[in-house]
Amino acid sequence: MDIFDFSDGREGYYGEYGGVFLPEILHATIEELLECFRECKADPKFWQDYVALLQNYSGRPTPVTYLENLSRELGGAQIYVKRDDLNHTGSHKVNNVMGQGLLTQRLGKTRVIAETGAGQHGFATATMAAKFGFDCKIYMGAVDVARQRPNVFWMENLGAEVIAVEDGQKTLKDAVNECMRDWVTNMADTHYILGTACGPHPFPEMVSWFQSIIGLEAREQIIAQTGRLPNRVYACVGGGSNAMGLFQGFFDEPNVELIGCEAGGEGVGSYMHSARLAYDDASVGVAQGYKTYFLQNEEGNMNETHSVAAGLDYIGVNPIFSHLHDQGKVRFEAATDAEVKETLKLTMRTEGLIPALESTHGFVVALKEAATLAKDEIVLVNMSGRGDKDIFTIADALDDAKWKSFICGKADQYRAEKK
Amino acid sequence: MGLEAFIAERKKSKDLLVMAHVVCGYPSFEENLQELEIMAEAGVDLVELQFPFSEPSADGPLFVRANEQSLKAGTTVDQCFEFMALVSARFPFKVLMMGYYNTVFKMGEDVFVQRLKEAGGVGYILPDLPIEESANLHSLSAEAGIEPVILMTPTSSDRRLAQLGAASRGMVYAVARKGVTGSKTNMGDDVIALIDRCKQHTNVPIGVGFGISSKADMDFLRGSADLAIVGTAALKTWEQSGAEGLQKFFADLMA
Repeated sequence: MDIFDFSDGREGYYGEYGGVFLPEILHATIEELLECFRECKADPKFWQDYVALLQNYSGRPTPVTYLENLSRELGGAQIYVKRDDLNHTGSHKVNNVMGQGLLTQRLGKTRVIAETGAGQHGFATATMAAKFGFDCKIYMGAVDVARQRPNVFWMENLGAEVIAVEDGQKTLKDAVNECMRDWVTNMADTHYILGTACGPHPFPEMVSWFQSIIGLEAREQIIAQTGRLPNRVYACVGGGSNAMGLFQGFFDEPNVELIGCEAGGEGVGSYMHSARLAYDDASVGVAQGYKTYFLQNEEGNMNETHSVAAGLDYIGVNPIFSHLHDQGKVRFEAATDAEVKETLKLTMRTEGLIPALESTHGFVVALKEAATLAKDEIVLVNMSGRGDKDIFTIADALDDAKWKSFICGKADQYRAEKK
Repeated sequence: MGLEAFIAERKKSKDLLVMAHVVCGYPSFEENLQELEIMAEAGVDLVELQFPFSEPSADGPLFVRANEQSLKAGTTVDQCFEFMALVSARFPFKVLMMGYYNTVFKMGEDVFVQRLKEAGGVGYILPDLPIEESANLHSLSAEAGIEPVILMTPTSSDRRLAQLGAASRGMVYAVARKGVTGSKTNMGDDVIALIDRCKQHTNVPIGVGFGISSKADMDFLRGSADLAIVGTAALKTWEQSGAEGLQKFFADLMA
C-alpha cells in the first residue's frame, strides 16, 4: 500500500486525518515547502545524497542486534533490536534532521528553528545547523529544559539559542506553538524543522519519508540474519516518527504485526499519561496545524499529559497512525512509567543496552509479548535512542545514592567557586 | 442586519470604523463588561469576542496568557455564548466570534452557526481555518446569514488573493504584517500596497489589524481601509491603567 498516494483522496489526508490548518500568512510558505519536497522525493539523487550523508556523518546503516540473553531468559520469541541509538547525536532524530537540512539548502534558507521535548530533536537540529552553517533557534518547554539539561548544554555549545517556553504546560506542545509563532514572522529566511511525523502536510509525509531509512535497513538486516521476516515489530510512539520509520519496512506484509507503544504514564484512568490511541481518553480534533486524535476535553482544549519520557509527553499523534489505528493495521499498546523503569534495569543488566526512556516503552510491550510467543517466532524492537541523556531521570528513578552524593559534591564545588 | 450591511450603514457617518477585541473571561467576565461599556461609549463599531483556546498559536504573548488564564479560571464555551448574547443585546456595536477552529469542530459546525446566530453574533474569525477546509462551514453560515471573515496577508500571492476574494463575505481582515498579534507595525507604503491589492480581489469592506495602537495609525489608514482593528493595545492599556486608562486610550484613538 502507498499511504502517500493522494490521487484517490485529498492531498495530505490519511482517511479523515491530517490536512493543513494554519494561519493564512503561512500558505505561501507551505506551498513552497510542498513543491520543494515533491522535487526532492522525485529526484533519486537527493535520496542518494541523503543516504551518503547519513553514512558518512551518522554511522548508518545502524545494526540490528540479537538479544540472545533476554530471549533465553524470557523463553519465548527471539528478540532483535534495531540500533538507531548508535546514530550520531544518539537517536533516530538525526535522520529527519539531516534530510530537512538538505531540503533547507534547496529552499535557499539560512535559518532553522525547531521544537524539542526530550531534547534529542533539538540536539540533532543544533548539530545539523552547525554542520550546514545555519542560524538555529530551539524552542523547548521550560519543564523539559529543567529535566533535560544535558541536551540543552550540548545544543547551546553547538551554537544554537535555546528558548525555554513558559506558556501553557511548558512542554512539547507549547514549544510547537512557539515555533509556529516564530515561523509566521520569519518564514522568508527560516525553515521550521518539525521533529516528528505530525503537524500540517507535508510534514507527516516528509518526516516519514526521511525516517523510512530505518525500516528499509531493518527489513534487509533481519532477513539477512534470520532468513525471514519478524512476526511482530514494536516501536515507541510519541509523535510517531521512529515507529513510522521502522514500520514502513513492513507495511505490505500481512503476516507482520505492527505495534505502536505509547506512554501510559501512571496508567489507565489516571489521566496522567500520553496514550492517545492505546487508551480511550483521546478524541479527534484540530490543533497545531493538523487533524488527529488529541488528548483534549469535550470543548477542544488540550488536557495535561504526562510521561517519564519527555519525548513521548505530547497531546497528539501522527495522523497516519490515527488512520491505521482506525483500519486496524497498527495495534497500539501503552507502557507505564513503572514498567519502563523495571524494563530499563532488565535491559541494562541482561544485554548491556541503555535504551532511552522513550525507546524503553517499545521494549516493555515487546518483552511482555515475546514471553508469550513460541521460540521460533521473531520480534523486532526499535531502539530509537540511547539512554545516557536520561541519566538524571534514571538516577532519580533508581534512587541511586552514589549519584546523589556526586551531584551534591558538584553543587558544593560550584557554590564555592561562585563565592 | 448582517456584518457587511452594518458596516455600510455605519460608514455613512464615519470614514473609518473601529473593531475592538476582548478575550472572554479575561481578566474576568465582569471586567470584560466594563471594557465593552467603555468601547461602546467611545463609539466602537464591532467587537471580536475571543473564545479562549489552549493552543492559541496565532496569538502573541499577551493574548496567549489571556487565553491561558481564562481557561484556568474555568471559562466554558457555554459561558462565552451567554456572554455574547448579553453583549449583543446591550450594546449598539455588533459582535463577532474570534477563536480557533477546534472550538467549532468539537461542537459541530452546524451547532456553532446556530448558537452564534442565537447569541446575536454576525460573523466569526478563525485564523487557523483555511478556505480549503471552510466549504461546509461557509455554506451553513450563508444559510444562517452569518458572515465569515477571511484573512488576507502580505505573503498572499495574487492568485491566492483571488481565491480568498472569491470566498470573502462580510469583511476582509487584512493582516498588516507578518508575525503574531501584539507587536508594533510600522505603518507605511507596504500597508497601503496590501490594502490596494486586497481591494483588487474583493468588494467587501477591508479592516486592517495587527499592531494598531494610536491615532497616528488611524489617520494613516483613513481613506484607505474601512476599519481599523485594535486588539492587544487595548488589553495592554486595561492591564496597565484600568478603566480610566482605557477610556483615554479610545478617546485618543478615535479623536
